[in-house]
Amino acid sequence: MRLPTRHLLGIEGLHPRDISALLDLAESYVLLNRSGKTRRDVLRGRTLINLFFEDSTRTRTSFELAGKRLGADVINMSVSTSSVSKGETLLDTAATLNAMNCDLLVVRHKASGAPALLAQKVDAAVINAGDGMHEHPTQALLDALTIRRNKGTLAGLTVAICGDIAHSRVARSNLLLLTAMGSRVRVVGPPTLIPAGIDQFGASVFHDMREGLRDADIVMALRLQTERMSAGLIPSAREFFTFYGLDAAKLAVAKPDALVMHPGPMNRGVEIDSQVADDAARSVIREQVEMGVAIRMAVLDVLARTALAHA
Amino acid sequence: MHDTPPDTLIRGARIVDPATGHDAVGDLLVRDGIIADFGAGLGRPDGAVIVDAAEQILCPGLVDARASLGEPGYEYRETIATAAEAANAAGITTIAVLPDNIPATDDPALVRALAGAGAATGRLTIAPYGAATRGCKGEMIAEYGLLRAAGAVAFSDGARAIGPAGLMRRALSYARGFGAMIVQHPEEPSLAAGGAATAGARATLMGLPGIPACAEAMMVARDIRLAELTGGAVHFAHVSTGEALDLIRGAKRRGLAITCDTAPPYFDLNENAIGDFRTYAKLSPPLRSEADRLAVCAALADGTIDAVVSDHQPRDADDKRLPFAEAAPGGAGLATLLAVTLAQVQSGGLGLIAALSLLTDRPARLFGLDAGRIARGEAADLCLFAPERPWRIEAGALPGKAQNTPFDGRPVEGVVTGTWKAGRRVHG
Repeated sequence: MRLPTRHLLGIEGLHPRDISALLDLAESYVLLNRSGKTRRDVLRGRTLINLFFEDSTRTRTSFELAGKRLGADVINMSVSTSSVSKGETLLDTAATLNAMNCDLLVVRHKASGAPALLAQKVDAAVINAGDGMHEHPTQALLDALTIRRNKGTLAGLTVAICGDIAHSRVARSNLLLLTAMGSRVRVVGPPTLIPAGIDQFGASVFHDMREGLRDADIVMALRLQTERMSAGLIPSAREFFTFYGLDAAKLAVAKPDALVMHPGPMNRGVEIDSQVADDAARSVIREQVEMGVAIRMAVLDVLARTALAHA
Repeated sequence: MHDTPPDTLIRGARIVDPATGHDAVGDLLVRDGIIADFGAGLGRPDGAVIVDAAEQILCPGLVDARASLGEPGYEYRETIATAAEAANAAGITTIAVLPDNIPATDDPALVRALAGAGAATGRLTIAPYGAATRGCKGEMIAEYGLLRAAGAVAFSDGARAIGPAGLMRRALSYARGFGAMIVQHPEEPSLAAGGAATAGARATLMGLPGIPACAEAMMVARDIRLAELTGGAVHFAHVSTGEALDLIRGAKRRGLAITCDTAPPYFDLNENAIGDFRTYAKLSPPLRSEADRLAVCAALADGTIDAVVSDHQPRDADDKRLPFAEAAPGGAGLATLLAVTLAQVQSGGLGLIAALSLLTDRPARLFGLDAGRIARGEAADLCLFAPERPWRIEAGALPGKAQNTPFDGRPVEGVVTGTWKAGRRVHG
């Protein structure tokens, strides 16, 4: 398969057909990974650079592993956030990367649209690994893969995304992907953490967890950044946990076989209770991490092929 | 300082003077920099330069009531010389220049210096705004009396709102004593802080911090009330929302000294122009919904809006080639002012005379400027344009230095073929 664009900057712009094909390819990589084999020929001789302007352990590691299993030369560039408060550095970095003949560039940045800006300036295929409050497409794809493997389909499922929707790129990418694939998406949180106009993208908005979780097939908790408290958007962590923390009592109104997801890293006792997070029968949080590697292998594979087709 | 320009006879133009409603094909004779005569079939004086203007419209040189020129302090963005080039290319011969430069125009000497710098170009009258507060810092009111005596046309803090109600009250009260108007950037600062786009589905989809559209109406409502309290005059700049325009319409009906302007982006573009993180379309106030755009068009048509201004805010590549939220707001507006306003005429939203009036005599009267009219004995500030000649607005190909147009790629009609400043041809 190929993608319509050279880059993966977001779920916006992907056709359901592209999403399904990426998930199918990722399935094959799940099997490969579980067999302990690799396919180092896929990206042999290619250079993948992880360019992270924001701290990240799991996403960076996941891309690194995905690249290495496909045979790419992987380089991690962590740019300390203090030295990159100015965008000039972003474009200077792009010029540097062009000089290095990088093929695949994985970018995380605190500013919405930063990967799109880089994509205009670099020769490499750019993969958005999270930009500000905008998108985190590989997270949404790995979430979709996890759901599909457990439920068999995405269509017709009710998915409740809970917590800080306003500042979450994960919520945006998931909302776009899941609605495109025929799921019913609910967003649940206090009004100060629900962004304006979100209902126009097909989400139903709930401010009460029990109403929002009723008969849900999937319950996704989002990380709550502590800055939200200092910004005065919520009064305290304990108030948030009481009304919006995912615990067994609130989960009880969801379907009996509802799955619990979290993009990580978790704030236990803030947006999710340990009892729920660690419940092997309900929580697929670890499986999400496994699917992350497979999805990123599929994305790297496809973008490398797309680049060849464009060349 | 400048040589006396040659006598010029502009022949066969459709001469439109919005101030008097004059609209007839005829000739116009410029002698010694003054409009000597105009009308049908003027004779050709010896030695006069002849300009054949058939099928073209001759109107007063445009009066732009709001622009930043970058000078002093931001010469890397624009200078008075490059701005004059861009302005003349759009038929503009008079500009009211915002005070939020470095230094801010809060001293009479700076007012005189700016006006003098305009005159020295020989192409442009600069009518400086004075700072509403010292340094445009929003703390202490500036010396309105001295600034006014030096020629300041009105008082404003430029791109910054006069935030505290108490400060605005004092500014309005004190300015009233000198018959001066306070020009407000109507945006409640605590709702606008950190915002990069109008709050709503578009900003949410792009993950951009939003400013609720009502931040404008809230400031307008407050300031109308303060104008009532103090008897002062408030002019709202670049009004962009239907809600604010409704409030202004109501205040005018009640006879308050409330006026407003808008700029072409707010009647020609909506928030979808920022798609793909196009930072040239990042403006302040931010582009609005389609419903608000239509409300601005309606307020142009019914006269609620008193002037169309360029709202020229020059920015260079380093200001704009940044992630959207970090990029500087503001659009280049001089070179596109006439053509984008004429699009309202072509779409049937505005009559030609009404559109030209918003660009000439109405802003001139509002800001007390001796400009914007075609009359015998007046300085020959003139704009000649071919109303149906098409061109495409392209960032990188605009006259002047600033290229940050939000209209990049837009096809328009209306090419300025000649601009005269006090009888001297400065464009075309």
